[in-house]
Amino acid sequence: MSGRRQQRVLQIFSAMPLIVKIALLWLIFILLAAIYSRLDRLFGQALPLQDPFYQPFLFGEASPVEGPSSAHWLGTDVLSRDNLSRLLHGGWVSLVVAGTVVMFGIIIGGFVGAFVGYARGRFEAITMASLDVILAFPPLILLLALVAVYKVRNLTMIALVFGVLGVPTYVRIARASTLGVAGREFVQAAEAIGTPRRAILFREIIPNILPALFAYALINAGYVIVIEGTLSYLGLSVQIPEPTWGNMINEGRRDIRQTILPIFWPGLFLTLTVVSLNLVGDWLQQRIAVRDAAL
Amino acid sequence: MLAKVLAIRMVRLIATLFVVSLLTFLLVEQLPGDPILAILPPEALDDLENIERIRKELKLDDSVFTRYARWVGDALQGDLGKSYITDQPVAEAIKDRIPVTIELALLATMIAALFAIPIGALAAYREGGYFDRITSALTTAALSIPGFLAGIFFIWLFTLKFNWLPSTGWNRLSEKGLLANLQTAILPASALALAPLAINARLIRADMIGTLKEDYILSARAKGLRDRYILMRHALRPSSLTAITVFALQLGGLIGGTVVIETVFALPGLGTRLISGIYQRDVMMIQGITLFIATVYVVVNTAVDLLYLALDPRIRRQ
Repeated sequence: MSGRRQQRVLQIFSAMPLIVKIALLWLIFILLAAIYSRLDRLFGQALPLQDPFYQPFLFGEASPVEGPSSAHWLGTDVLSRDNLSRLLHGGWVSLVVAGTVVMFGIIIGGFVGAFVGYARGRFEAITMASLDVILAFPPLILLLALVAVYKVRNLTMIALVFGVLGVPTYVRIARASTLGVAGREFVQAAEAIGTPRRAILFREIIPNILPALFAYALINAGYVIVIEGTLSYLGLSVQIPEPTWGNMINEGRRDIRQTILPIFWPGLFLTLTVVSLNLVGDWLQQRIAVRDAAL
Repeated sequence: MLAKVLAIRMVRLIATLFVVSLLTFLLVEQLPGDPILAILPPEALDDLENIERIRKELKLDDSVFTRYARWVGDALQGDLGKSYITDQPVAEAIKDRIPVTIELALLATMIAALFAIPIGALAAYREGGYFDRITSALTTAALSIPGFLAGIFFIWLFTLKFNWLPSTGWNRLSEKGLLANLQTAILPASALALAPLAINARLIRADMIGTLKEDYILSARAKGLRDRYILMRHALRPSSLTAITVFALQLGGLIGGTVVIETVFALPGLGTRLISGIYQRDVMMIQGITLFIATVYVVVNTAVDLLYLALDPRIRRQ
């Protein structure tokens, strides 16, 4: 990273309100932690992290639902498995699903939206009308029906289904911001000097709609994590014993009369992550509004 | 002009319903292998005679188009087929379960409105003040808490800690009366109300801030009218249009949103029937309930659009 750019990043960071800084740091922590847990899995538990499946109480080494200790920083669950390790592995599931939706949304949805918004004409009308029909379906019900009938239970397929279903909203947002950008002076100037339309699309339009898409993507990622958590809670996402925040809450629900701790941690991680995404997304959206007004 | 708008909306509604029904139909149709394998429970697959009988009953040998047309035709007459797992007609299951779901959605809307309107109005009245900042933080938090988590937290707090309310089960309004019914309905409805409450408080706040900047508010102030009077009579009334629309718009979504809340509280609603259908792989039940919920959602949203049109003369003129 060049010195100037580094300075710019620091400048933006220090201009953030404190709560947004904390939110951003939490998101970075969750991201790194999930990647760390995944690397640990890939290298066969070579890194310092407890095994998320190991149940020491079967071997008389620990009792279920222990409080925090030096071996288990966040305590253990009803099957005496390590809470911290399960939380990090569960975070990976949420991140993969949310990340897939965001990537599909920005790459496919962003491109299609910018294209139809700039090209206009009949193709735009057809695309938007068909998207309206898909968006008319209640999202959770559509997902439930899909995963139920097709027995989608592994992470790759779940992420793909989420990713495809997420695209229409991104198309809408990309198109709406394209309509706003396409009328601006710099686009007219580029058209006036005879720049090919394709070059305008890629050099003028798309770079200018990306910030709005990113801001939406952050808030959308929070929504996706909630929906995946809901499916997991219903036992219709990635299957146990593979931990997800949703199925950890589901497993803890059964023993709620004895202890709320097994629900507390995944609930906290889930909520903090979604709050953080919303905070950073809101902040970005406000910044874009200020920037747009200044242009 | 209005007739044209109405006609366009109606065509769109019908087109949407057509696609919704087609997707729901194809959902089962596109399953790999013989549809009979999906429709019947595995233990019934040994009985070849039975399979032949059901194949004839469902006319599975007809072409896809004929079967789709017949399926839609039957559905329009209120016949969604029957579950081959419990032998219950799907329409009967829906009729049996829908009162719980509707009550939850309406009660949640009422709770959300009861809190969102005053919170939004007061936050707008002193924009940037303490109340505004505190409620803004609270609504951000409320928006981020998944409904099922809120439901579990309510159960933990009000049932296990304080023992005020039952955590599961349902007292039917018609059988046990209002009070007993509310005892079982208030916790799930509150958990369901959390998200719409937060969204609406924000929308109403934003709308009221705009309204409070209008000239006629200034002239009301100049006349020396009291703040509370201005807020209630002059500002809330034009903003109520926004409020009505957003509440109505969310009603359609809530009917889908009750699915998980009903499961958390083990209520005998449509959502739990859908989920139990999913666990049993009861394809006919999944298909029927999905079609029903999606149809309600689409129709409610169109009705809200039209309501908005009827209420706001500015939009009508465009």
